[in-house]
Amino acid sequence: MKSVAAAPEMTSAEPTPSWMTRSRTWVGAAAILLVLPHIPGLNADFGRSLLSQMGIAAVFALSFNLLLGQTGLLSFGHAVYFGLGGYATVHLMRAINHGLPVPVPLAPLAGAATGLLFGVLFGSVTTRRAGTIFALITLGIGELVYATTFMLPSYFGGEEGITASRTRGPALLGFDLGPQLQVYYVVALWAIIAAALMYAFTRTPVGRMCNAVRDNPERVEFVGYNTQRVRFVAFSAAGLFAGLAGGLHAINYEIVAADSVSALRSGTVLLMTYIGGVGRFIGPVIGAAVLTWLQASLSGYTSAWLFYLGLFFMAIIVFAPAGLAGLILMHRPIIRMPAFWRVLRAYAIAFAPALVMTIGAIVIIEMSYRLSTQPELGTRMRLFWTDIDAATPWPWLAAVVMIVSGFVVFRKTWPIVAQAWQQATTEASVAAGAR
Amino acid sequence: MLELATVSLLNGIVYGLLLFMLTSGLTLIFSMMGVLNFAHASVFMVGAYLSYQFARWVGFWPALVIAPLACGLIGAAIERYGLRHVHKSGHVAEILFTFGLAYLIEELVTMIWGRNAVANSVPAVIDFPLFSLFGSSFPAYKGLMMAISIAMFVFLYVALKRTRIGLVIQAALTHPQMVGALGHDVPGIFVLVFAVGSALAGLAGVIGGFMLLTQPTLANAIGPIVFVVVVIGGLGSLGGALIASMLIGILQTFAVAIDYSLLDALRAAGIAVTRASPLYDFYSIKVATAAPIVPYVLLVLMLIVRPRGLMGKRDV
Repeated sequence: MKSVAAAPEMTSAEPTPSWMTRSRTWVGAAAILLVLPHIPGLNADFGRSLLSQMGIAAVFALSFNLLLGQTGLLSFGHAVYFGLGGYATVHLMRAINHGLPVPVPLAPLAGAATGLLFGVLFGSVTTRRAGTIFALITLGIGELVYATTFMLPSYFGGEEGITASRTRGPALLGFDLGPQLQVYYVVALWAIIAAALMYAFTRTPVGRMCNAVRDNPERVEFVGYNTQRVRFVAFSAAGLFAGLAGGLHAINYEIVAADSVSALRSGTVLLMTYIGGVGRFIGPVIGAAVLTWLQASLSGYTSAWLFYLGLFFMAIIVFAPAGLAGLILMHRPIIRMPAFWRVLRAYAIAFAPALVMTIGAIVIIEMSYRLSTQPELGTRMRLFWTDIDAATPWPWLAAVVMIVSGFVVFRKTWPIVAQAWQQATTEASVAAGAR
Repeated sequence: MLELATVSLLNGIVYGLLLFMLTSGLTLIFSMMGVLNFAHASVFMVGAYLSYQFARWVGFWPALVIAPLACGLIGAAIERYGLRHVHKSGHVAEILFTFGLAYLIEELVTMIWGRNAVANSVPAVIDFPLFSLFGSSFPAYKGLMMAISIAMFVFLYVALKRTRIGLVIQAALTHPQMVGALGHDVPGIFVLVFAVGSALAGLAGVIGGFMLLTQPTLANAIGPIVFVVVVIGGLGSLGGALIASMLIGILQTFAVAIDYSLLDALRAAGIAVTRASPLYDFYSIKVATAAPIVPYVLLVLMLIVRPRGLMGKRDV
């Protein structure tokens, strides 16, 4: 059996930190979540809404990483559990609107239960296979559920979806979920609980067995474990937390529609998790935050947003398979070394030609999109504070020159970075040896 | 009834063979390289667009040759300059690479040809009735498609099972070092396999382009069905892919033609079901409406009964 698992440079056994450090990390995380919506720039409704979306995406991505990072299962249909959890929550909220005495902040529990239910149901079929086939099966199940939502309009509401109000219900501790700030705190509370539970899951014996199944399923079978059962447990747990995220989504948007189970959403969570980094627990959180922020800030400016996202994703796969978390944590050993400043300087030098190259590419992409998808807006456009006309050859020529020259110079600066990096790691290893 | 059955059967075979054209290239690449090419349906879409473009410039027959060749070149470039470098990071990275590629190709196609469907109509040279059956005529382009699809099967089967190069290719998957030591160019073989697989997808795109709508969502519309077909057939098995394609093609075409629901069946059996009864929505789904989920239901059933697929041999 060929293992499709094993993401690169996976630290299968991150050393378990001491109890003190761990609790300090979690308390610190909670404190950050507490003050985030009050720092300038994020203290208005837009910022708080963005933070809520990030929290929801982070729970969803963490649940996805229970499969991909922990168990080595690549799923193309994880949105199924997110969406079905969302539908269950929105229906519960409707019941609350009609007088059911349950506080709305507890409604995501219905989403979690539904996610678990369908995780168990579909997991019993999908986890019969691992590897490539597992990926294809999850894709098929995703399409099945997506198509079914349109066939049962009374439960799923078709394209328009199901709506409910989060404010019409009994208040819990004075929380009526009117202001976005309160919604954020509900999301943040659930997010940190879910994150702590998922972290705890990775430390349990079954969580460790998940790692073993990821790294060497054959050996696990020989030792006497049933790999299918381990995959099933991981899959069900992932379904539970995805359902919880879906429930939070329902509270935040007060609407759940067919797009919440779509292949696009399954793909988005995959991109978030992988870009963030599957080998570290914090990776999916970083990915969720970065992508949510990019989406919110870029999709308003450009219709080519998905193209940029795709390029970003490909660049991560080819150049940084450990993801953003891997890139950041790579610097930890050298951060106190004198040569760290040389590394930063080398980055700054390499950044300039890379920026020129990127701007050239953006100009070409934006002009092409304008010509093919929005011809009604004409060929004149404003990019990087410059008026250009895509009907003339000059902007195209300038962009090509920028890309080519940027690339050539970037190639020349790369040895500088490599050399600085080499020096810093040497210093770090010498320092480690001295200790 | 006989009329409906015959016409549906014929249409089902046509659709099934179209699916097979797509799965053949995918199966070739998977069985030879162990890589599941998620961008396969996207290459198919590129084939459809290129044939549309070339047919406008130089006519249909040259386009039928040029578009697949161009797709083959694209495939070779993908393998040589992309996939090869990801190979060392494992299979997940490879699948994700092709997945990202599918994203990019969809956006690239949008960037060049726009979001709306292009007017990719059947060329006049192959748009005449071949024969007629129960009053409805069978167009020549469908006949051409069937011929090409069957030719693909024969070509692949003979090339892989009966030729020396086929043997070398198969050996290169399991024993790359040994095959390399015997003097064969293993990386070159992989480029060749990927190019041929992509060219097959391109060829399918030329024909499939005017049977389906040529628009940027084409790959997403057909892709999942193609992947389900390879799972049902048994990943990597050419014969299984053919049988599964035909099965899904015929079943789905028949389902579209059936305008009854469970409700009608219950009523015929004398069970009264009203709007107030639970699951009314479920009972009232017409079989025709449920046709799109037929492949996926079949997938689930297959997994429960025979997880390795119809003709799948090994656990992959």
